[in-house]
Amino acid sequence: MSTLASQFPIVVRSLNLGFLQSLRLFFVTLIGALPLGLLISFGSMSAWAPLAKLGLRKRAATGKKTRFTKFCAEFRPISLIVRVIVWIFRGTPLMLQLLIIFYFPGLVWGNNVWGSGEAGRFAASCIAFVINYACYFSEIYRGGIEGIPRGQYEAGQVLGMKHSQIFRRVVLLQVVKRIIPPMGNEIITLVKDTSLARIIALQEIIWAGQAFMKGSHGISGAIWPLFFTGVYYLVFTGIVTLILGAVEKKLGYFKA
Amino acid sequence: MSLLEVCDLKKSFDKLHVLKGISFSLEKGEVLAILGASGSGKTTLLRCLNFLETADSGSIKVNGEELLGGKINQEILRKKRLHFGLVFQSFNLFPQYTVLKNVTLAHELLASERPDYKARKKEILSEINENALALLERVGLSDKKDAYPHQLSGGPCQRVAIARALALSPDVLCFDEPTSALDPNLTGEVLKVIRSLKTSDRTMIVVTHEMEFAHSVADKVIFMANGRIEEEGTADEVFKNPKSPLTREFFKSFRF
Ligand SMILES: Nc1ncnc2c1ncn2[C@@H]1O[C@H](COP(=O)(O)OP(=O)(O)OP(=O)(O)O)[C@@H](O)[C@H]1O
Ligand SMILES: [Mg+2]
Repeated sequence: MSTLASQFPIVVRSLNLGFLQSLRLFFVTLIGALPLGLLISFGSMSAWAPLAKLGLRKRAATGKKTRFTKFCAEFRPISLIVRVIVWIFRGTPLMLQLLIIFYFPGLVWGNNVWGSGEAGRFAASCIAFVINYACYFSEIYRGGIEGIPRGQYEAGQVLGMKHSQIFRRVVLLQVVKRIIPPMGNEIITLVKDTSLARIIALQEIIWAGQAFMKGSHGISGAIWPLFFTGVYYLVFTGIVTLILGAVEKKLGYFKA
Repeated sequence: MSLLEVCDLKKSFDKLHVLKGISFSLEKGEVLAILGASGSGKTTLLRCLNFLETADSGSIKVNGEELLGGKINQEILRKKRLHFGLVFQSFNLFPQYTVLKNVTLAHELLASERPDYKARKKEILSEINENALALLERVGLSDKKDAYPHQLSGGPCQRVAIARALALSPDVLCFDEPTSALDPNLTGEVLKVIRSLKTSDRTMIVVTHEMEFAHSVADKVIFMANGRIEEEGTADEVFKNPKSPLTREFFKSFRF
């Protein structure tokens, strides 16, 4: 039986490596999901209604509002598809999505597209996390964008600005300011959610901690390394909280 | 040829006919006051002129050029909108920009599309800046140029909005109840600014419930009721000698 003092450096080295993998997943998810989420929010807000004209014509011809004309006016296919996708990814456990994305291709095509190594597990994890978080982010973006008063757009319009200019120069910073608090919540949840990748044996920090229970680096039956992983999460979420607070403070110069 | 000729302008929302054929004309340098009960269509009229709504039929001519009808895309709309300026009841200043930037932003964006922008950037931007400073001087806010909108009270905010609308030198400047959102003690300063803008070459349309102000500043007065022009004439004609019973009724509620 080795002492705690002799175990400690071995465990820390192993947990460091695990946490590095957790952080990689965290940053890849953030970098992928932040822009993808914005794209998805645009999709879910898409006003494209290809049947609107047909419905109007029909209504003009018959002079009646029917279920059909109502359907034509409200049928927005892009928005509909995107919202169904968002529903699926927000409505099922991320853990399940990880399992499906990792194992499903193998079941269908017979060979595992991800390969058998850590790189494949990491790639699959990244895809599941990016899509899942992009869906959550998209709802936050949507809330932020829809919360901007119409007067802001109209003020831009009467001043001859283009849509893109209004979005970039008038609306965007106000949206950012509004979404920082809910985004911060999601980002902190993401730090901890990276541990879900354990389910496909990604060698992140929980996996590394757990290894000392079964036996690793000559240590076995030790549960304290697993408990100790909490310190890593706490330190990192602490840093993230400080950064978010700083951003919030930086945008505190105006009120939106 | 009049500067602005509006002819038989109609607009409905669904089955609600809000404008039922509005016609009037304005000479360069004239001030038109539009009066009318709540819901009579005053805001809708201004929004149609500013192309925030598209009128269903009729004609809007500026300097003889027909603006209504024809192909509509973003670029065409922007050009049309630049003939008009609009000061909103609720100011709609851009909260993340200083007072000065609120005034210069649209002008800068517009200038960046000029062919000689790259070559003369510095010169152009400094012209825009000078212009904005002169406008802020006119509305009495030179000392507040570096403040943010939330640091100002309603009166100054509306004066900034006026300077912002003037920056692009629209042919016709419209005001939609510019003082309705203000405390009574702040109304005076805004009305004073609008009054001071009356010059031989600035054409303005003011929707207002400030009767004394309308009487003293307007060359023409229109009284609207139920989407129609119920009465129109010079300020003295309409205020001293209203012909329509509806107008008389309306004034009764304002007699002091
Ligand atoms: N976008 C819209 N969709 C449907 N109805 C509208 C819309 N905009 C205005 N209306 C309706 O049109 C009518 C006229 O509205 P408008 O705002 O032009 O009146 P107003 O004369 O400016 O009144 P107020 O003095 O209250 O500002 C109202 O009954 C209003 O509910
Ligand atoms: Mg109104």
